[in-house]
Amino acid sequence: MRSNVTRWALCLLVLIALPVSAWADWGALNMTRGVTELSNEVYTLHMRIFYICCVIGALVFGVMIVSMFLHRKSRGVKPADFHESTTVEIVWTVIPLVILIVMAIPAAKVLIKMEDFSDSDMSVKVTAYQWRWQYEYMDSGVSFYSQLDAEHNKARQLNSDTDLAEVFPSKDFYGEDDVYLREVDNELVLPIGKKIRFLHTAADVIHSWWVQDLAIKKDSIPGFINENWALIEKPGIYRGKCAELCGRDHGFMPIVVRAVPQEEFDAWIADKQLEMAAAEQAVDRQWSQQELVAAGHEVYKTNCMSCHQAEGQGIPGMFPAIAGSSVATGSIEKHINTVVDGIDGTMMSQFGSVLSDSDLAAVITFQRNAFGNSTGDTVQPTQIRSLREASASHRVPDSVASLPESNTTLGIN
Amino acid sequence: MSSSDVTHHAADGHGGDHDHHEHGPAPGLMRWITTTNHKDIGTLYLWFSLIMFFIGGAMALVIRAELFQPGIQIVDPMFFNAMTTMHAIVMIFGVVMPAFVGLANWMIPMMIGAPDMALPRLNNWSFWIMPFAFTIMLSTLFMDSGGPAGGWTLYPPLVLQMGDSFAYVIFAIHFLGISSVMGSINIVATIFNMRPPGMTFMKMPMFVWTWLITAYLLIATIPVFAGAVTMLLTDRFFGTSFFSAAGGGDPVMFQHIFWFFGHPEVYILILPAFGIVSSIIPTFARKPLFGYDSMVYATASIAFLSFIVWAHHMFTTGMPLAGSLFFMFSTMMISVPTGVKVFNWVATMWRGAMTFETPMLFAIGFVIMFTVGGLSGLMLAITPADIQYHDTYFVVAHFHYVLVPGAIYSLMAATYYWMPKWTGNMYDEKLGKLHFWISTIFVNVLFFPMHFVGLAGMPRRIPDYSLQFADWNMIASIGAFGFGFSQLMFVYIVIKCIKGGEKATAEVWEGARGLEWTVESPAPYHTFETAPVIQPATITR
Repeated sequence: MRSNVTRWALCLLVLIALPVSAWADWGALNMTRGVTELSNEVYTLHMRIFYICCVIGALVFGVMIVSMFLHRKSRGVKPADFHESTTVEIVWTVIPLVILIVMAIPAAKVLIKMEDFSDSDMSVKVTAYQWRWQYEYMDSGVSFYSQLDAEHNKARQLNSDTDLAEVFPSKDFYGEDDVYLREVDNELVLPIGKKIRFLHTAADVIHSWWVQDLAIKKDSIPGFINENWALIEKPGIYRGKCAELCGRDHGFMPIVVRAVPQEEFDAWIADKQLEMAAAEQAVDRQWSQQELVAAGHEVYKTNCMSCHQAEGQGIPGMFPAIAGSSVATGSIEKHINTVVDGIDGTMMSQFGSVLSDSDLAAVITFQRNAFGNSTGDTVQPTQIRSLREASASHRVPDSVASLPESNTTLGIN
Repeated sequence: MSSSDVTHHAADGHGGDHDHHEHGPAPGLMRWITTTNHKDIGTLYLWFSLIMFFIGGAMALVIRAELFQPGIQIVDPMFFNAMTTMHAIVMIFGVVMPAFVGLANWMIPMMIGAPDMALPRLNNWSFWIMPFAFTIMLSTLFMDSGGPAGGWTLYPPLVLQMGDSFAYVIFAIHFLGISSVMGSINIVATIFNMRPPGMTFMKMPMFVWTWLITAYLLIATIPVFAGAVTMLLTDRFFGTSFFSAAGGGDPVMFQHIFWFFGHPEVYILILPAFGIVSSIIPTFARKPLFGYDSMVYATASIAFLSFIVWAHHMFTTGMPLAGSLFFMFSTMMISVPTGVKVFNWVATMWRGAMTFETPMLFAIGFVIMFTVGGLSGLMLAITPADIQYHDTYFVVAHFHYVLVPGAIYSLMAATYYWMPKWTGNMYDEKLGKLHFWISTIFVNVLFFPMHFVGLAGMPRRIPDYSLQFADWNMIASIGAFGFGFSQLMFVYIVIKCIKGGEKATAEVWEGARGLEWTVESPAPYHTFETAPVIQPATITR
């Protein structure tokens, strides 16, 4: 009876094992070594403890298998009666303890190194939002947002019917290829060979900034600032993800780090500064309604669509519709306040801190003139700016994210 | 309590020199609603947890169906998050915990030779709270604002974004907590007060010992959890800011409080399993449990250590270096007593005369696969490496190895082991073995690949993933469906066994020792109304 069952079980095992070995991408089995000294040390620790576990497992399972073979009743053995030995108990308490101490020492050394934030060459403040990252280069004032690339965002919608393998072909596992859900609109550009300190915080819920190649992962916590650091040794593109559940689109806030030589980095920073100055000037100009609606549609697609949906219909019970909503067809001021300040205790975040005045004006104008809303209203960037300035004078900042920059360097270690 | 209209019959327990009539069960549905009999209540708990097992399992299959391929094909991400959250809540609070309480109800009085639990009416209440609590909990899935979708860990501020159905979730958690605490008080009271002369603490079966310690863990931690969720409730509805930095609170404080409950909770889910396996292996090895004393001390050490390791769930939240080091060392320490337990089981098998009936297969499967989960747990204790592992599928693989082929396997083993005693019939041995082998193959197809995708960088709790993870996710999903549907076999075997089969003897298993095997099979409605005489032959050590 037993042999029969066993034979069936083995057949089933082989049936499953065969296709498994044919499909599997064997490159996707282990942790990456990464591109920093620390990530290599972490990898070494990982492999060392893994081998120790393998040896322990082999010993324990080996003894069990030998015992299951030798000490079975069907072989006619008589059971022994021994059932305690203080010596043996002490031996198998002490030996694991020694192994643990041997393992704990190098682990503690790496941990101490990880927590040494001193002598950094530059700092980047990373603020997490639902569901995007803001990067601020503390030394040059450059600041921008980074989120899932629009094409990927479209492909990942429910029933998008995109042939992912065709549209996003991936060639190698840790490579630089643009692969599904791992591409952003604005990359975080960093210099190689510099000790970079990251400051992490969040504006709404807890997120976690994780780039595996740099072996750094730290929670972004609203109201608190965490830090960690990396010294990237090799130019390249390193991809990461948000690691802490942060709501509906948690799976869709990737990170892309482009590490470049110092000269290239300096040139990039200079470009970014020019770009920021130009955006600042665009606010002062009068925009035509057509221009605003067109720009607003793009802003809508990247910022609003995943909740309020492509036709502004929302998701009943979860996300209110914009089509025909009292906010988008009622008072302009209330509409602006809703978008700029968000709604407390809901997933409607404060877009005032995410979008520029021009983007806000554009998307609000778009919402008031799309999806069958026909208010004919036009909201100019200058209007947003003056409203913002007026309210800034009497509002208490509600998270560290909106505190003046100088505060961010206080209260850390 | 069964009233005057109880049916009187002559069923006679083993300790049956008594001069009054046995009370049989009340007829019909009222038997189950009004029962104060430990066996009836144990049965209710076990059926409840079996039903919840399929509800939680169906949720897991929604998750695995969505993850079968990259891209989003089936559910909205918000509903996906509700599924991961509810799956965990159902499996932890609705399956593993009630199943262990059910076993405790059935077996502890019979193992120590007591006529019933110490507090029978409380016992009835502890059970009947649960179906209502879970009805409330599950009903949130059908409300406008949806079920909880912030993870079973309920981290603020995310969980506070939930709509008004949040109040129902908190209410249900409170009731589940009350049920657990009352059940635990009952178990402690029973073990302390209901032992007959001669059944000293160091003669109690290991299952009784592990439950005694588990009950203390529950009594100590559930109120902490209740406090934490109450603070969430007032933060959400009454304007307090315990966990909001903007109001002077601290979101990380919630995590500390939660895991101060949450880590002992992990051992609540596994200590009774240790007790079950410590009962089964000696029976089928026909040799006493090796190192009984050290098993008791190891269980107590694990329970103590479980209170000082909680922050290892939080290595990325930004603790001071001293904190990280302390929690790394204490977490590594916990593998010492756990190792002692595994070594003792292996030593029990060594030079025994083993047979491999279904309970033994599940028990050995438990020891091997729980050890796999334990070893990946040791890897997770290494803080610098944990920075990479944290919140990835490697963690998912780890805790599913200790919970599915760990806790769930121990429950399967226990059911097969004691079912002849409960029903009076032997289950179908051939089907039982087939159930074991099919489950074991699929459970590994399901969870082993998760180690790989986790190490390669796939975060947990995501409804869609990059194409690099596609192969292993498809394999895991195949394993999930295979494992899920093969559990229908278990239901079939249980029902078949209840309906009939080869009659079981009182001893049932050749090598079985312990008081529960001295009463006839099926166990009479009332057992040990007269305290049994404790002899060396009837105690397990």
